[in-house]
This record gives sequence, structure tokens and C-alpha cells, in this order.
Amino acid sequence: MDINMRKEGDFTVFSISGRLDAMTSPDLEKQIGEWMEKGGTMLAMDMAGLDYISSAGLRIILAAAKKLRPKDGKIFLAGLKKPVMEVFKISGFDAIIPIFDTVEAAREKI
Amino acid sequence: MSIKRLPARHESLQEFIAFISECAEDKGLSDETAGRMELVLEEALVNIFNYAFPLGEGWVEVSCVDDGPGLLIEIRDNGISFDPLSLPDPDLASDASDRMIGGLGVYFMRKMTERILYHRDGETNSLTLGFTDRGDSN
Repeated sequence: MDINMRKEGDFTVFSISGRLDAMTSPDLEKQIGEWMEKGGTMLAMDMAGLDYISSAGLRIILAAAKKLRPKDGKIFLAGLKKPVMEVFKISGFDAIIPIFDTVEAAREKI
Repeated sequence: MSIKRLPARHESLQEFIAFISECAEDKGLSDETAGRMELVLEEALVNIFNYAFPLGEGWVEVSCVDDGPGLLIEIRDNGISFDPLSLPDPDLASDASDRMIGGLGVYFMRKMTERILYHRDGETNSLTLGFTDRGDSN
């Protein structure tokens, strides 16, 4: 699983590719944690390159959303592939974490 | 029938998943079904690694059997008696901050299989999962 980071206006964009599973999720958790420690509050996760996500990945994203809330921070997801979107739908997480087609679409909305 | 036995450790996850992918491919199941199988297998195995071996090491065995148009995957392990289906479902209606952390994996297992069955067989746990292509895979 690869994570590339860039700044886009108010947001930090994490572009994630590969698989977000029980083995790779701790790495994302660590990177989100470090970003938060440096004061990050607005996070966009570009998942256009992500092929797979399991409950381990969902938990990391949910935990990040919870931690950002009291800081008035936001997390949103963009570019989800069909199998990944399915997992979000089945778990009901699509109702908790805002999901957009693209990072641009999200920034227009937010 | 194909069988793979590996140590009951998180490090074995990738190899088991690759094995399942191959079974799905050999059977000619759709990508959607193969994706479901990988996810369910990961969720099942992670629960087994986390809960069935508090006292030490063991093994897990995954096997793949033809089941008409679909496949039956059996996961056996020699851990303590552990029925993953006894874990509570997450409360999907609750507020985000209370959403069930541990139950999500089992919830996926139930939702993404055609059937799921657990039994304790002497010194081993046995979890059987049935998969077949779903008509609404678009």
C-alpha cells in the first residue's frame, strides 16, 4: 500500500493505492497520526488507486474522523472504486464519512 | 479439493488470500465474488489469529471445495474453542463514535457469504463459508 501526500489549499490529500487490509492499515494509521500531531485538521483521502479495503481499513478511517471532530476537522474520501464502495455501503460507513467522486468535487462542496 | 495449512499468524494472511484468489479463478467465479471471498477470508482469519490462540501458536488450514456453481471454503484451526458467529453484530444504527469496532468483520462474513456455518470438531474449530456468483454483481 502506497501513500502519497500533497497539500491542496486547506486540505492535505493522502493518495492511497494498493490494499488497505489488516497488514497495511497500521502504516496508514501511523501516517495519519503524525499528520495530526503536526496540526493537520482537513484530510482528503484520494482512493482512486485503492483496490481493496477490509474492516481494518474502515476502523482507521473512522478513528481518524472521531479524532478530527473535536478539532473541527474534516475527513472525506474521493474516487472510490466499486469493490471499495461496496464495503462502505454494506457497513453503512458511507453515511458517516463523506464520499465524493473526486477531490475537486469535494473541495467545491466544502 | 485444495488445501493450504500455515501457522496461525498475521504473516500468513497474504498467502492464504493468494490461495483463495487462485481457487476463485480456477472455478471461474466473477471478480466481484473473488473480491468478496478475499475480504471474508481476511476477516475470518484475523479473528482466528486474534482470539483462538491466546496461549501460544498453532495452525490454520484453508480448503477449497467445489459446491455446484460455487465454492465451499473451510477454515480449520487448532485453537481454543472459538465461534466467530457468536461475536455480536455491530450496531449500524448507532452514532459513529459508538460504532462497533470488533463486530464489523463478522458482519461482513455474514453479509458476503451464501452460507456460513461453525462447528467445533474435537480439538479443532471449523468454519465453512459458501460462495457463488451473485446476480446483482453490477
